[in-house]
Amino acid sequence: MTGPLTPMLTALLGRLPIGWLQLVHNKGRLAAALSGVAFANVLIFMQLGFLGALVESIRLPYTVLNGDVLISASDANTLFDGSPLPRNRLYQALGVEGVASATGFYYGRIDWKQPDGTIRIMDLFGIDPTSAPFSDPLLARQAESLMLPDTALMDSKTRNVPGDLFAGIEAGTPYRFETRGREITVTGTFEIGGGFSADGYLVVSDQTFLRLFPARLPGAPNYVLVRLAPGADPAAVLADLRAALPASDSAVWTLDEAAARDQRFQTTQKPVGIVFGFGVVIGVLVGVIIVYQVLSTDVADHIREYATFKAMGYPQRFFLGIVFEEAFILALFGFVPGVLVALGLYAAVAAGTGLPIFMPAGRPVLVFLGTLAMCALSGAIATRRLARANPAELF
Amino acid sequence: MGSDMASGSVAIAVRGLDHWFGTGEARKQVLFDIDLEIRHGELVVLMGASGSGKTTLLTLIGCLRRVEAGSVVLLGRELNGASEDDLVACRRDLGFIFQAHNLHESLTALQNVRMGLAVHGDRVAGDWREASRHVLGLVGLSERVDYLPGNLSGGQKQRVAVARALVGNPPVVLADEPTAALDRDSGLAVVEMLRRLGRERGTTTLMVTHDNRILDLADRIVRMEDGRIVEG
Repeated sequence: MTGPLTPMLTALLGRLPIGWLQLVHNKGRLAAALSGVAFANVLIFMQLGFLGALVESIRLPYTVLNGDVLISASDANTLFDGSPLPRNRLYQALGVEGVASATGFYYGRIDWKQPDGTIRIMDLFGIDPTSAPFSDPLLARQAESLMLPDTALMDSKTRNVPGDLFAGIEAGTPYRFETRGREITVTGTFEIGGGFSADGYLVVSDQTFLRLFPARLPGAPNYVLVRLAPGADPAAVLADLRAALPASDSAVWTLDEAAARDQRFQTTQKPVGIVFGFGVVIGVLVGVIIVYQVLSTDVADHIREYATFKAMGYPQRFFLGIVFEEAFILALFGFVPGVLVALGLYAAVAAGTGLPIFMPAGRPVLVFLGTLAMCALSGAIATRRLARANPAELF
Repeated sequence: MGSDMASGSVAIAVRGLDHWFGTGEARKQVLFDIDLEIRHGELVVLMGASGSGKTTLLTLIGCLRRVEAGSVVLLGRELNGASEDDLVACRRDLGFIFQAHNLHESLTALQNVRMGLAVHGDRVAGDWREASRHVLGLVGLSERVDYLPGNLSGGQKQRVAVARALVGNPPVVLADEPTAALDRDSGLAVVEMLRRLGRERGTTTLMVTHDNRILDLADRIVRMEDGRIVEG
């Protein structure tokens, strides 16, 4: 009836696994309890998944850049906001010792109208095609082709676009569309994937960018990407750059720092990050409440048996052991279906939204430890009911 | 278990025991100046109308309530002033048989009996299966060892409870209406077994009962009325 687990648990605990036997005795309640724990786990996994996807989607555009240092406007919080830099900053940066090269790039956002009338929002970078601004192999290989006016490279992971469109471009058929009054010809693709605001990325030359955004001043890019000379000490160059550029309009970061600052800003200052963090808290609360309900009902249902065991001379720690044994079993057996359902949902969400949602190896470990702590906390609250087991009332 | 347990020496000695229930205005005395001595191996029946205090006396001797005034010496240990841990330890030398069987519904008959043994720790855990089967056999349940209580009759459940109380060879057995749920024959069989254990091992039994059928088997009958011992 209880399978091979009873002898296993008996050996493990050095006593009858009473908690386990109690749980399997009432199969309906056990099923409800395990679904509750699994549900809480799925909730937590999904929130962590979205939070992770947000963090990852912020990081991805930084990873395609070929550089060591990023100079941004001092008022920029992310890659996609902030004022243009004054024209001189690029040249001042080039004058710092240890800087091998520097190239500006522009950021803008455009609408890409689909045949069905809907719009895809594209984050647009304008780069100098001759300055080797990309480390990503696909982009690096195609960057120079952007010297042709009004050509673009497009993110093939852009959300809600028929896949055969990109297949056609990759096969050599350029795709044309109109935006901001100009016809753009897409001659190649790369892969980043949209985040939580825009649907995908588009890369053009700085000349094309300035034609799309005539109000923007040439020589005043949003960012300057700096590459260090071989053998230069990054810390020293960073300090010299900070000294050379006025902090009132410029901020100097390593690429990793810039990505981390961006992630920090979007997860703590923007509602989207806070919402997911809050969701994790709600998931934990749901789990604690469900497990507490199950354990305290179970204690209440067995109060006579526990009183009998007390009369027989079992000490308090024996009863705590039973409750924590149950808490551990609920945590373990609720976690397994929880993580499996979450994996399925991750795949579904990734396919449906193109968000970089996936299961890092550390997350199940973290969630399982959290589930254990959650169940132990519920168990600890539930054990307060044990005081009601009064053996003197058995007679 | 100790050398003081030779037949004839005192297993339970109660001296000047008073007890109250409630607090403040509602405080009511339920036991008055109880003196009672029970020797090893005796089977004593405690009788009295309901409310006469016999169950309270049983729970005080059974370390389930704290002794407030007077003295209860159980197997050589004074219970007045004993710590909670001491009381819990004392309970392990007792076998309780309750009016209700109080079996654990999720455990088989054998597992329920094992709980009576496991409380003594690893010292006796080794041969628990043999010991538990043996005592279930004594109460006539050899064929039912792997049954859950839900699949046993009321009388069978009560006999499992008796087996659970006796499996650890307790020097003292405290029983509250143990035969109420049993038919005449198995009721008599249980009491005869307790009597035999008294003769053979010096097991002391204090039993509350209204059951006239088993009075003949008692070594002594103690009667209580309104919180006082009136005979015995």
